[in-house]
Amino acid sequence: MRQVLLIEDEANIAEALRFILSRDGWAVSVVSDGARALADVVRIRPDLVILDSMLPGMSGLEILLALRADPANAALPILMLTAKGQLRDREAAERAGVTAFMSKPFDNSEIRAKVRELLGA
Amino acid sequence: MPFNVLVLTCLAYVAFLFLVAFVVERRASRGEMRFLRSPLVYTLSLSIYCTAWTFYGAVGSAARTGLEFLTIYLGPTLVFVGWWWVLRKLLRIGRRQRVTSIADLISSRYGKSNLLGVLVTVIAVVAATPYIALQLQSVTLSFSVFAQSSPETWAMPDRDATAIWVAAGLALFTILFGTRNLDAKEQHHGIVMAIAVEAVVKLVALLAVGIFVVWGLGGGPVAMITRIENYTDPNWAIQPGRWGGLIFLSAAAVITLPRMFQVLVVENVEEGHLARASWAFPTYLFLISLFILPIAMIGLERMPAGANPDMMVLTLPLHEGQGGLALLAFLGGFSSATSMVIVETIALATMVSNHILMPAWLWLRPQAAVSGDLRGAILLARRFSIIGVLALGLEYFRLSGGSAALAAIGQIAFAGMAQVLPALLGGIFWRGGTKLGASLGLSIGFATWGFTLFLPSFGAGGVISAEVLQHGLFNLQWLRPQALFGSEGMDPLIHSIFWSLALNIAGYAAGSLLSFPDPVERIQGAAFVNAFDDELQAERLGWTHGQAEPEALMNMAQRILGDEAAISFFEAEARAQGKAGFLPDLTPRFLAELERNLAGSVGAATAHAMISQLFGRATVTVEDLMAVATEAAQIMEYSARLEEQQGELSRTARQLREVNEKLTQLSVQKDAFLSQISHELRTPMTSIRAFSEILAEGDLPSPRVAEYGQIIHAEAKRLTRLLDDLLDLSVLENGTVQLDLGLAHLGQMIDRALAAASQTRPERNFDIQRDYASEEIHLRTDADRLVQVFINLISNARKYCDSTAPILRIAVRQKGGRVVVDFIDNGAGIAKDAQGLIFEKFARLTDDARVGGAGLGLAICREIMANLGGTVSYLPGQRGAAFRVSVPLRMEKSG
Amino acid sequence: MRGPRAPLFLARAVYRQRRLRDAARLLPLVGFFLLMLPLMWSDAAGAGHTAVYVFGVWALLIGLAAYVAPGLAQPEADSPAEDA
Repeated sequence: MRQVLLIEDEANIAEALRFILSRDGWAVSVVSDGARALADVVRIRPDLVILDSMLPGMSGLEILLALRADPANAALPILMLTAKGQLRDREAAERAGVTAFMSKPFDNSEIRAKVRELLGA
Repeated sequence: MPFNVLVLTCLAYVAFLFLVAFVVERRASRGEMRFLRSPLVYTLSLSIYCTAWTFYGAVGSAARTGLEFLTIYLGPTLVFVGWWWVLRKLLRIGRRQRVTSIADLISSRYGKSNLLGVLVTVIAVVAATPYIALQLQSVTLSFSVFAQSSPETWAMPDRDATAIWVAAGLALFTILFGTRNLDAKEQHHGIVMAIAVEAVVKLVALLAVGIFVVWGLGGGPVAMITRIENYTDPNWAIQPGRWGGLIFLSAAAVITLPRMFQVLVVENVEEGHLARASWAFPTYLFLISLFILPIAMIGLERMPAGANPDMMVLTLPLHEGQGGLALLAFLGGFSSATSMVIVETIALATMVSNHILMPAWLWLRPQAAVSGDLRGAILLARRFSIIGVLALGLEYFRLSGGSAALAAIGQIAFAGMAQVLPALLGGIFWRGGTKLGASLGLSIGFATWGFTLFLPSFGAGGVISAEVLQHGLFNLQWLRPQALFGSEGMDPLIHSIFWSLALNIAGYAAGSLLSFPDPVERIQGAAFVNAFDDELQAERLGWTHGQAEPEALMNMAQRILGDEAAISFFEAEARAQGKAGFLPDLTPRFLAELERNLAGSVGAATAHAMISQLFGRATVTVEDLMAVATEAAQIMEYSARLEEQQGELSRTARQLREVNEKLTQLSVQKDAFLSQISHELRTPMTSIRAFSEILAEGDLPSPRVAEYGQIIHAEAKRLTRLLDDLLDLSVLENGTVQLDLGLAHLGQMIDRALAAASQTRPERNFDIQRDYASEEIHLRTDADRLVQVFINLISNARKYCDSTAPILRIAVRQKGGRVVVDFIDNGAGIAKDAQGLIFEKFARLTDDARVGGAGLGLAICREIMANLGGTVSYLPGQRGAAFRVSVPLRMEKSG
Repeated sequence: MRGPRAPLFLARAVYRQRRLRDAARLLPLVGFFLLMLPLMWSDAAGAGHTAVYVFGVWALLIGLAAYVAPGLAQPEADSPAEDA
């Protein structure tokens, strides 16, 4: 089963995504802060990371940079979610090597399609 | 030659000099100085070294002792061609230290000691009085020469009367042009120009007589030399002691004589002129001396045996029937005498008034220094000094009877002034010289000179009895005035110079080595010895650090120098420091430069005082204060205005800086505001949408449906709350809020707030410290709104206080018509730079502590309090985070 | 005050100016020496010759001073230190 690591501090959004993606047949782990997320990437070796842009402690962008700094994660697909919806944030994320970018709120079908696409299914 | 023609010529000449001085003063006051103060005028003004003693006495001296008269001009020649040693430094120091006389220089070097100033002044006056008498004598003598040769019966006024008239005329001229105005630099342009003209007259006169003698009477230069070669007189042999001694003495005199110091240093307008004078002045001396010996030679040959050799310059042309030439010679001698008396009198009067009269007057009337118009007093003192000095000279002339040979009196004066030399040279080359040493050396030297040379000059039985002269003071053989310590067989003059200077130097060295200089002395010593070191100079002025703002200095400089001049000066200085813009760093060098610049406009003392004011430093010297006292009122007003302005300036600048900081931060915040609103709205929306879609699919088990329904509900509520807050804030900000005023009990309100706030992070257990008695207050206010503020503050404490054993203290105080409630926790508090921001919208300080809420709480609190007629503010310095709510006890509807 | 790193060799102009100053300092000493010479002459030397000699020395001193002075009057050419 393909592993998805969801990094999201809003419990309700995390629950919604977990429900949607598990139903699609992915194994979903949820983590709510940056430091633990980085450890989990090493432990779980996920096939996809979904990353909220605004998190306590490390921001989404910082986590993204930290992940990309490790060559082992060079090919790891990362989907970033943001509620700010500012162009600047998006550009910064793209420069940092994000694979895909999506604004909150989103259609469930939309995110399911994106995840499938990123996992090559 | 008719005597009345002589008198008329004389008066016309004097009138001409008055005119020259007057015109020059007029032009100088209009700032047209270029030609007036050229190197040529400087050099010619130096020629007051050549007095009537030179003009008449040199021929007399040559007739008596041959070549010895040359020593008097060779000494200055050596000093001038060696200007790089001493004169250059003296000039630099004189300009830098704003020295007004030689007494001032000595006093200034040794810690601004007035004792030394008085000492040097006394020496100068005592030494110069016979010298001035000598000039009066030569003028009266020359008058009488004409009177005797005049065939008319027109009665010659008696000798004393002539002297009185001459002295009175000189006093008038000196007072008119010497005390016209009070220049900080003590420069007298009119007088300098007049003596420059007189210098030309005396040179031309002497050259004319000389040329007439050599070519007209002597048969050409070669014949003249042969004639001199063949003249045999045992007195003409060069005496080694006197030859060397007199060269040294005249070298010392040219530096120390008050009038020489006046023209050399004080009247100097540009240091560069000295380089030209270094050879031009010796040339003048060379030309003056060139024909002395031939005139003496021919005079000895042609004049009757009993003729006074001191008058040969005049009598020889008369004898040969050259009336016009004699008249020219007379004018030359008259010029020599008058120019010397004028400058010497000014120099002495400056010294007497600055070091004796003014200090005495200020001591008698100390309040005058602060309030009165010192200008008038100083000018009056100058005028009295001038009259006093001339009266002394006149009196000496009347008493001495004018009998002594001209040359001898000049030498005595030289030897007297030479006593200043050790203190002077020691002062500019040796940092170790002290006030005590200088006083000791000067007094001993002065006393020795008086005892061995000056007093005996009145003749045996004059002041010193023949008894003492013969057997020594107190009958001690080794205290004989002209054979001190058994040194017999020496020439009296050389004997006196030798002993006075030897003892002088010994006293100076011993006193200096054994005493310790006070701080002012040490600073001044360093400034004098290192006169060519600019940085040190700046340090002496005291500008090593300061608190003045460059803007304030610029502001001041603009008012004084004019806008353009000040700006370009500041810009140039900034560029020199390698900075762009107009505001240089306040380096000691820059400040010293600025002070010098300002000094050009308002006077050095004033400039120094003004910059001192701005720096709040009192390095103003006593001397500075005296100079400034005349302008005390203006300066005090001026500096008060400056200070006020400076305060206002820095206040405004600070406010501007603060506002600017806030604005930039706010603009960053405004950006963040939109982003925040977006985030805060989208986050609940995301959950709601996702779950509604899931529910809409309809294939969920019912517990899940209920759970997800709950989530949708909660997030919808969150959304509503956020919108409420925003709405609330906008209503409060617009002041359109409806207040529900009523009486409420403060303690109960706090109870309510605590209960409500306990919902926030309920897991944390706070120790709430209250003083219930103080809370027994009934307020007339909108209780719900106030409670809302309290809840917010308490919730914040619950959220952000990072202490492991959190304490919240609620302190209530009643202050006038207001109630003050402080909420103080024991956490880390809020960083200083963030304190100004926390009441802004969305100013959540750390993402870390994000525990729900959108960061609008404190912004709302602030608006509520404003609506309630109160305030909420952050209390810094309370160890933890502390907020103070201040609210009126009785709120009125209108308020 | 000596600069932090005074160059070992000075520029030619500066070097000349320094030597000019040395000459200026030397001048009065030379003059004094020359003016003391007549004291050692025998008494046979008449006043005429001595006078010519003294005036000659005098003119020489003036000439040398006039030669040296213009160079010294110029501001110090960028010299880091005054070799006293």
